[in-house]
Amino acid sequence: MTLAPPAPAPARTKAPAARPRRRGRAAPYLFVLPALLLFAAFKLYPIGWSFVMSLHRTVAGVDTYVGADNYTRMLDDPLMWTALRNTGVILAVQVPLMLALATALAVALNSTLLRGRSLFRLGFFLPMVTGLVAYGIVFSVLLNKDYGLVNWLLGQLGIDPVPWLTDGLWARISLGLALTWHYTGYNAVLLLARLQTIPHELYDAASVDGAGAFAAFRHVTLPGLRPALLLTTVLSTIGTLQLFDEPYVLTGGGPDNATLTIGVYLYRNAFTYFDFGYASALAYALTVLIGLLGLLQFRLLGEKP
Amino acid sequence: MTTSATTSVTTSVTNRNPGRGILLTSGLALALAAVAVPFYWLAVAATHSSQEIFASPPPLLPGGHLLRNLHTLQDSAHFGRVILNSLGIAVVYTLLAGAVCTLAGYGFATYDFRGRELLFGLLMLGLVVPTQVTLVPLFRMMADLQWLDTYQAVIAPNLALPFGIFLMRQSMAALPKELLDSGRMDGCGELRLFWRVALPPMRPALAALGIFLFLYQWNDFVWPLIVLREGTSFTIPVALASLQGLDETDYGAILAGTSIAAVPMAVVFLVLQRHFVSGLLAGAVKE
Repeated sequence: MTLAPPAPAPARTKAPAARPRRRGRAAPYLFVLPALLLFAAFKLYPIGWSFVMSLHRTVAGVDTYVGADNYTRMLDDPLMWTALRNTGVILAVQVPLMLALATALAVALNSTLLRGRSLFRLGFFLPMVTGLVAYGIVFSVLLNKDYGLVNWLLGQLGIDPVPWLTDGLWARISLGLALTWHYTGYNAVLLLARLQTIPHELYDAASVDGAGAFAAFRHVTLPGLRPALLLTTVLSTIGTLQLFDEPYVLTGGGPDNATLTIGVYLYRNAFTYFDFGYASALAYALTVLIGLLGLLQFRLLGEKP
Repeated sequence: MTTSATTSVTTSVTNRNPGRGILLTSGLALALAAVAVPFYWLAVAATHSSQEIFASPPPLLPGGHLLRNLHTLQDSAHFGRVILNSLGIAVVYTLLAGAVCTLAGYGFATYDFRGRELLFGLLMLGLVVPTQVTLVPLFRMMADLQWLDTYQAVIAPNLALPFGIFLMRQSMAALPKELLDSGRMDGCGELRLFWRVALPPMRPALAALGIFLFLYQWNDFVWPLIVLREGTSFTIPVALASLQGLDETDYGAILAGTSIAAVPMAVVFLVLQRHFVSGLLAGAVKE
């Protein structure tokens, strides 16, 4: 269809209509072929293989078919429930707080009252491009109970040292803080992109109608942000359910599994215990969970008012 | 000046209240300082020994231990080799994945062909299915291919990056159809059309894609951790994580290494960020 018949064009010496047309039909497939082949080999095939593996148990390199055993085992696995609960807590507490913060940040970054806007936009984006290992190491040293900078500063204020990474509750709080530090700016940029598409006239109309800042935010900004809020919510949910790097480098899932996530537990099963079958089953359960939550969020937030 | 005019922070012209502007700017500056403190501390700590870092009061200004720290890194983790590994892998990955994603993005954005939506949807499946699903089978595949501890094991599996393809399709969709059609009228071949007509106006998007891919590979941790076994084939994040696991952790050295890991971020930030954020913004706006 994009190939408009070049018939009316003044034919040059060597441009018959038929040739480019035939070439043109194959062209789109050739452009997408490398991506598709690589994707099939390194993504689709492993996805299918993973399912087969989840029906087997590997003992000393030999796979035995065990049916749904790996899936039923999950239900009786207390660590699996611990991981699920920890992930749920992050999802229920950290994600909404972070997105609220990101929305406020996006509105502030969009304000014409702000000086040096581009500098701020870049600055808040910086944590996003920082490697997980790098910031895991930095945070674990900064938050060290006995020697860390944070506790030293608190000590100057007369506050007792906080067991940031060694106490269950505090470790969760630290994990939440690290996640917020890392992703707030990124979400703010996504929201900002959407914010810039909201027409100024809407705000002018709102202020003519006597709407205050809060009313304008509620009735103009929030509805306008809806698609971007949906996007950031879904992305954060997927990211949280898959959460691995931060707990792995900050706490290793500890203390006493207080920060164990499904991602860390899955990794442990696969690459510490070499229980590939169970790890694959966990991964599939996780996929289903992500799919269900994603659908739910589309249902709740997706419909246009 | 009416109060309603000043209240809406997003209106552009009506606002003439300097007090609020200063308040907002200084508030955000404070927040930015909180974000930036770990970076500053990292750079400072890289120039101190472990003992100095954990002394009371902790060092807040640069010290004189940087060279010693770098030396320790080289002795304990072949860090020179590790940096080269990281650089080589990231550069090759950026070029190859950039080509794959750009070609696919162009194909999906500018042609209308049978199965287009289906194939694109299939690729986008990669955004939804958690990476952990493929971790184990991919590891076994690499073992079967005898690719463990090789660069291609790190590079190949992520070449068709769904986000990259998505980004390029979004950007390429902005190409005017008439531009391509007039090229065809002139008898331009499809590949030449792509190279000569479609790519030049895509430079900002290509820059954004390139930076994204480079940083993605440079920072990637889990996959290299799984397929790289020997210290001499490690990338920087893997080497740093292995150092941290040692009994007697030399934090001065580790933080010096971490600073090196952060160098591309600083470069991107100082030189290319404008391109990067605006390129990503452009991709995000047209959803």
